[in-house]
Amino acid sequence: MNIVRQAAAGSLESSDILVTLAPGDGELELSLTSSVERCYGDAIRETMRRTLAELGVTSARVEAVDHGALDCTIRARVTTAVRRAGEEAGV
Amino acid sequence: MRRSMLFLPANSPNMVVNGGVLGADSLIFDLEDAVSPDEKDAARDLLRSALEALDFGRCERVVRINGLDTPYWRLDLEAVIPMGPELIMLPKTGGGEDIRQLDQALTELESAHGLTPGRTGIIALLETAAGVENAFASASASPRVKALFLGAEDLTADLRCQRTKEGAEILYARGRLVCAARAAGVEVYDTPFTDVNDLEGLERDAAFAKGLGFTGKACISPAHVSTVNQMFSPSRKEIDYAREVFEAIERGRRQGKGAVSLRGKMIDAPIVARAKLVLEAAAELGGEEAGANV
Amino acid sequence: MSKLCGTLREAMERAGLENGQTISFHHHLRNGDFVLNMVLEEAAAMGLRDLTVCASSVFDCHRPLIGHIQRGVVTGLETSYLSSAVGRAVSQGVLDRPVVFRTHGSRPADILSGKTHIDVAFLAAPASDCEGNCSGKYGPSACGSLGYAFADAQKADTVVVITDCLQDYPLTDASIGEELVDLVVKVDAIGDPAGIVSGTTRMPRDPVALRIAELAAQAIDAAGLIKDGFSFQTGAGGASLAAAEHVRRRMLERKVRGSFALGGITGYMVDMLQAGCFQAIQDVQCFDLKAVQSLREDPRHREITAAQYASPASKSTAASHLDAVVLGAAQIDLDFNVNVHTDSDGCIIGGSGGHTDVAEEVGLTVVAAPLSRARMSIVVDKVLTVSTPGSSIDLLVTQYGIAANPGRPELRPALQKAGLPVKDIRELRELAESINGPAAPCQPPRERVAARVLGRRGEEQDLIYTV
Repeated sequence: MNIVRQAAAGSLESSDILVTLAPGDGELELSLTSSVERCYGDAIRETMRRTLAELGVTSARVEAVDHGALDCTIRARVTTAVRRAGEEAGV
Repeated sequence: MRRSMLFLPANSPNMVVNGGVLGADSLIFDLEDAVSPDEKDAARDLLRSALEALDFGRCERVVRINGLDTPYWRLDLEAVIPMGPELIMLPKTGGGEDIRQLDQALTELESAHGLTPGRTGIIALLETAAGVENAFASASASPRVKALFLGAEDLTADLRCQRTKEGAEILYARGRLVCAARAAGVEVYDTPFTDVNDLEGLERDAAFAKGLGFTGKACISPAHVSTVNQMFSPSRKEIDYAREVFEAIERGRRQGKGAVSLRGKMIDAPIVARAKLVLEAAAELGGEEAGANV
Repeated sequence: MSKLCGTLREAMERAGLENGQTISFHHHLRNGDFVLNMVLEEAAAMGLRDLTVCASSVFDCHRPLIGHIQRGVVTGLETSYLSSAVGRAVSQGVLDRPVVFRTHGSRPADILSGKTHIDVAFLAAPASDCEGNCSGKYGPSACGSLGYAFADAQKADTVVVITDCLQDYPLTDASIGEELVDLVVKVDAIGDPAGIVSGTTRMPRDPVALRIAELAAQAIDAAGLIKDGFSFQTGAGGASLAAAEHVRRRMLERKVRGSFALGGITGYMVDMLQAGCFQAIQDVQCFDLKAVQSLREDPRHREITAAQYASPASKSTAASHLDAVVLGAAQIDLDFNVNVHTDSDGCIIGGSGGHTDVAEEVGLTVVAAPLSRARMSIVVDKVLTVSTPGSSIDLLVTQYGIAANPGRPELRPALQKAGLPVKDIRELRELAESINGPAAPCQPPRERVAARVLGRRGEEQDLIYTV
């Protein structure tokens, strides 16, 4: 999916992640701030990349602030953000 | 066995993730009142993802979708039905027509996702005057309907009366729901007690509802779960009496007696049926937890 | 010559404070304490260097300590608790000499035996007379018990009382007597009342904490302890308070007449005393104003010294009479070792306080903790720092179930009989990992020692490395 506008999903609460997407210039630019960077930073980036790939997002600037979200939460927040930032933004 | 049904806001990862360990028999993941209109999409995605990934142990999974008069309910169903929740809770159920509409949507989705048709049950949330009056019609509109559930907050607004702790204003609705549910052969759940910090008040309210015939009660706070579980579990006294009933029947049979009495009272069919329910419930709870309410 | 000094500077000069000496502080003013900062500021102004600070605890309000360390005014730190602001600086290597951690019980043991020598004790006193008869129960900065200050007052070469409420001689209801005090100085304020005691202690709203608290109370009951004569200790954290609430309900329901409550005392324990759950409170430190008031007014509520609370060298202690305690943990491992010193990155965030002492002495030690906090598993293979050895821990209560230490074989069947969710600690560990996903290792490199954690008898129990 094409990212055509800036949009965010999630929150800064504990166990949540705030994912902000913006149109990119041909590639994925991913930045992450996480309270669990040492133990899970790479795992979080991997989950985000995989979810974006599944949704067909190849160009976007992605900024994420994580407070210990589980994988299922990360996938959900990325999905919502993509839908909100993508072409076919719906209800 | 469903004694307590705990509401969890579907857009809160912390609550959803920990839902399975809060002691409730059922979890109601709420996409309706607990989620603001601009977060409906996020809540749906989060709930779908959580239902897919997490193990909620022995908890039954109920999803409260948005009402049929909103643009959200179909999207809610499309998101969660593939994850196989046991029950869908329909808010503001007005009557049999609403149930049939939901039933049809569920049938379509189940077939589209290769799920056993009819596997998803319905809890009808009755929270309007019309909903209460049509309780029996809703309860018997589809075999999917497993229970009625009273929502007293919205109902009292519709009735234009004050909601009180004593609950005289909802006595009629409570009685009507229990009667309609039992007539249709489904379970019936009481409205949550809304004062989070008043555990004594909760105990009284739950005991009253149990006395009216309710199967269990919803909770808006995890702090209420154990009290509700305790109040709707068979008590030690009830279990002991039920055992005595069957012992007396067995004794009577050995002695070739037709009629048997216990504690000076004839054991008739209703007493036996009741004793059977108590022992079944006790067995399901594993004996230990039941009887805690001495 | 009068003991009364006009200024703090005069008191410090008359105390003869010199480079390289050890100065001590108590922490009853908690996160509202002004005294440690004002003494160090004065010491810096006097050009003193190379001091060792021996404080029963160090809080975030003591952040200026970091600057004094960087400038060489302070080069040694001995304490029982180091909260995260100063803890982080220490973990990042601000001190050349490792911090020495003792427990709340072994600190007075070492002071009284002479192993820890204090040159000058600076004793923050919410009320004092001109000869140093002083108390924590009165004055604008009232903090209640002065339990952690007694050993310092008894053994320091010089004792300086610092007060903001000078009363007429004699202050009759004094905790520490004039025979121990060399100098008295009045200052404008010894602390910020808002930080000294939280004012009100609130129940948690976190459903997981509530669930854990409920299970903890059920476990104590299942162990057969909630009966006449019951004695109990719990902290001021949310889960501890909620556990106390469940214990209270059980005691009142069954009309149990307990013996005493111990420890850091909250208004919750005072309520339980007044409701008849307990006949006495033994108070080494007050956590809120209700506790302060009760200590002042109720003869059943008594102040005890840190040595009487839990020193391993005492002839007997209140802790050794205790039936049950609910404690927290930053991490707990498969051998039940508990870490309350460092976070999951190995950074200092606390310390034993009385954790290690009480855990060893009490009949039943319950550690109440969530399985994980924001994806970091609390139940781990091996703790980063052993604060309290697993041999002192009897039960771990998490929201997913209760694990009993195999060293207490009678507990598991008792819990099972009560219908409680009993799990092996390994099951809990696996569950945590299955929920959170496998974590990359977080052990800081073992290159430079930031702190030495001493066990109750002075043995080196563990080392904390710089991160």
